[in-house]
Amino acid sequence: MDNGTGIGARVKRKEDHRFLTGKGNYTDDINLPKQTYAYFVRSPHAHATINKIDTSKAKKMPGVVGIFTGDDVAATKLGGLICGWMIHSKDGSPMKAGPHPILALGKVRYVGDHVAVVIAETRDLAKAAAAAVDVDYGVLPHVVDVADAMGHKAQIHEVAPDNRVFNWSIGDEAATDAAFKKAAHITKIDLVNNRLIPNAMEPRAAIGYYDTGAEHYTLYTTSQNPHVARLVISAFHGLAPEHKLRVIAPDVGGGFGSKIFIYAEEVVCAWASKFVGGRPVKWTAERTESFLADAHGRDHVTHAEMATDASGKIIGFKVHTKAAMGAYLSTFSSCVPTYLYATLLSGQYNIPAIYAEVDALYTNTAPVDAYRGAGRPEATYVVERIVETAARELKMNPAEFRRKNFITQFPHQTPVIMCYDAGDYAAALDKALEIADVKGFPARKKASAAKGNFRGLGYSAYIEACGIAPSAAVGSLGAGVGLWESAEVRVNPVGTVEILTGSHSHGQGHETTFAQLVSDRLGVDINNVAIVHGDTDKVQFGMGTYGSRSGAVGMTAISKALDKVEAKAKRIAAAVMESSVDDIEFKNGTFTVKGTDKKMAFGEVALSAYVAHKFNSAEIEPGLKESAFHDPSNFVFPAGVHIAEIEIDGETGVTTVANYTAVDDFGNVINPMIVEGQVHGGITQGIGQALIEGCVYDKESGQLVTGSYMDYQMPRAADVPSYKLGFTCTPCPSNPLGMKGCGEAGAIGSPPAIMNAVTDALGVKDVPMPATPHVVWQQLQHLKKAAE
Amino acid sequence: MPAISMKVNGEAVCGDVEGRTLMVEFIREKLGLTGTHVGCDTSQCGACVVLVNGKAVKACTALAIAHDGAEVTTVEGLAKDGKMHPMQEAFRDNHGLQCGFCTPGMVIASIDMVNRLGKDLSEDTIRHELEGNICRCTGYHNIVAAVKAGAANM
Repeated sequence: MDNGTGIGARVKRKEDHRFLTGKGNYTDDINLPKQTYAYFVRSPHAHATINKIDTSKAKKMPGVVGIFTGDDVAATKLGGLICGWMIHSKDGSPMKAGPHPILALGKVRYVGDHVAVVIAETRDLAKAAAAAVDVDYGVLPHVVDVADAMGHKAQIHEVAPDNRVFNWSIGDEAATDAAFKKAAHITKIDLVNNRLIPNAMEPRAAIGYYDTGAEHYTLYTTSQNPHVARLVISAFHGLAPEHKLRVIAPDVGGGFGSKIFIYAEEVVCAWASKFVGGRPVKWTAERTESFLADAHGRDHVTHAEMATDASGKIIGFKVHTKAAMGAYLSTFSSCVPTYLYATLLSGQYNIPAIYAEVDALYTNTAPVDAYRGAGRPEATYVVERIVETAARELKMNPAEFRRKNFITQFPHQTPVIMCYDAGDYAAALDKALEIADVKGFPARKKASAAKGNFRGLGYSAYIEACGIAPSAAVGSLGAGVGLWESAEVRVNPVGTVEILTGSHSHGQGHETTFAQLVSDRLGVDINNVAIVHGDTDKVQFGMGTYGSRSGAVGMTAISKALDKVEAKAKRIAAAVMESSVDDIEFKNGTFTVKGTDKKMAFGEVALSAYVAHKFNSAEIEPGLKESAFHDPSNFVFPAGVHIAEIEIDGETGVTTVANYTAVDDFGNVINPMIVEGQVHGGITQGIGQALIEGCVYDKESGQLVTGSYMDYQMPRAADVPSYKLGFTCTPCPSNPLGMKGCGEAGAIGSPPAIMNAVTDALGVKDVPMPATPHVVWQQLQHLKKAAE
Repeated sequence: MPAISMKVNGEAVCGDVEGRTLMVEFIREKLGLTGTHVGCDTSQCGACVVLVNGKAVKACTALAIAHDGAEVTTVEGLAKDGKMHPMQEAFRDNHGLQCGFCTPGMVIASIDMVNRLGKDLSEDTIRHELEGNICRCTGYHNIVAAVKAGAANM
């Protein structure tokens, strides 16, 4: 259907016109009458007691409407921020979750921690008054590096005397030890997965509004999941019951995980509105606030060992990881280094015994939570770096070592919970080898060497799991919510269609892809389909968009609701055309009666449904509107092979990505153009992590060094190449559309591909990420010295 | 507060500003043209790029009062008679945008690039010239394709 608008077509996006003409509607674009502006007083210290907050001078500043501190929040009994996934340590004890007040109470635990809020007539006045709030701090020892956090003298939460949140394990330790005893070779590696700052281009923003007449709150917010925000703010913070709180996430300018979470600032805007006479309170993060106070990603320190037998088969895998959680447990933080990480440690490989242990540790830094890939990039990094290293140590071709160990039979139960349902990893490898012209690599390497440069090739055969489900299973693992999705299909009397979905689009193009599904199923013109999302008053309930779930879970919910619409429409068509429902066929938007020339267009049936003149409304209810909740029976398992080819300038240490090939299996694809775009973006974030991006806290002062785009290097156009993509397809058996997920794969697959290429080029075991020119240049100097 | 006047997207506008009022604040808050975005405050990301007297300017780092009398084009002023500018069309045709937040600045910077360097732009040139604009979604692959196509159609 390449020229149509149905499933599989490269349909141009419906949402683009408004974005391209400046008519997007992002939170900061919204202004309400009598609006005030919030500015947050933030901790300048990594760890300190708050001895006193003096707001008297600030309160006299011009334009100040209100100043609130943690005590004010506590006085209204507003609950603290929560972590919604309970993890138990291997000794059975529950994770040690310290208090996370909306505004600090007695103590601050990272630079940027929210201490007080100043609300004023303008942003500038609020900012000026915030500078006049006098906070007396008692500075405490701090620790910012996860490697140092365990048992550090800086005790961040009383509940965790050694800073350890949990000590969690997965897999069979005894079986893994036994495998290692039989090993012909053991490969060991120590890896750091660098801390990243998500950096959606739209900073977080919120407008809270309390309607004093209706006693009702409205919160406009930059959220990937407005319903979850409403649930948490209602049920856990206790701001208002759900029917008295509307959360709207309008156009959202990128999320990458960072806009899943429930943060203090947004809750404060809603809460404070009531205390400034019901005037709306608006807050828009400055970029530095995004760096300081958005949840960060990654930050793992890992030791891994892999056992192989004499034939080069992997027989055992052991992993120990220290995972930074930051100063507080963010909304879903605890599941990231556990169930989203260690359950993927089998990679694409048939490994009979795996054991992993994770120490989650508090540090005096911004909280760490899900960032594009959330645990799976960290797992893939460990697996693909050690697999590459093992191949090199065994003097085997890294591609063939992988192939030798690939899982080939499905379903495949790994030793770490996951049951892979479908895949063809060798097919992806073959295709990637061809697209990347690996055969021509030696000649290209020689040409680079002739120029004094170093060329390297790196593989990454990633697997990931998305569409986390089913709800009962994730509940048994500690999740505080179900992970289904909802959809409602409203057919209007004229035959146009509105889809209300609990998924949320913040760049993914749902308005187009979801409409393609509807167009394909109902034969309705794609321009006659509207996708409605992001408003708790419009959509009943939904779980939002993250973890590459909106296709596999969100669209399946729509598909199920479409099934019901079709079934009802057939009954109506049968009544109108005076035939048996069993004789009604529906194809290309037309209902026909088998064996006759009777037919009705979809629009005619829709009109009949609402006019309700021609069927017995005691038997068939008027109207054409159906809803569905879909709870998947399993995760979906996208997988692929990425091959990076890099060249290092022998003089400067600058690494250039010369070629990048990604072959992915996302199952069936709705819109290849959009899927390719997701892959491009993901790869670029992964190249960013590998070569240039890194969050730095100064060890001595605890200050965030990388607090702006002057200091934190984002990938720019000249830092990356154009990409070569290929696709294989094994349809997912656990959803009717056969879809997997494509949103995070690029960011999951690419960092190890790049780093395997860098280490290949230099002939060394490890180079830390980000492999900046400075880092690589130092390696080059070591190599030169060693050669002398 | 001093009053300033400008021609924005062909219309004469005026307003009172403080000395510290930024161009982007004047455009977004006084004129209500919210297509111009603020992504970073430090002149790095380019979400705020507008054309001032025909040249690309980062509106987050320009004072409104310094541009009294200027002719300004924001993203809202690119389409003519309901038809998008060729660069806008090219971004749509090539899927050169995802969340749309960087897009207004990206499109205007691209038009400025063509105005300065002509229609025949190599991939290297496009990538280098986009150094002042950050996109977190697209990975630039399709933006580069869009700029190339848009330039050809300008």
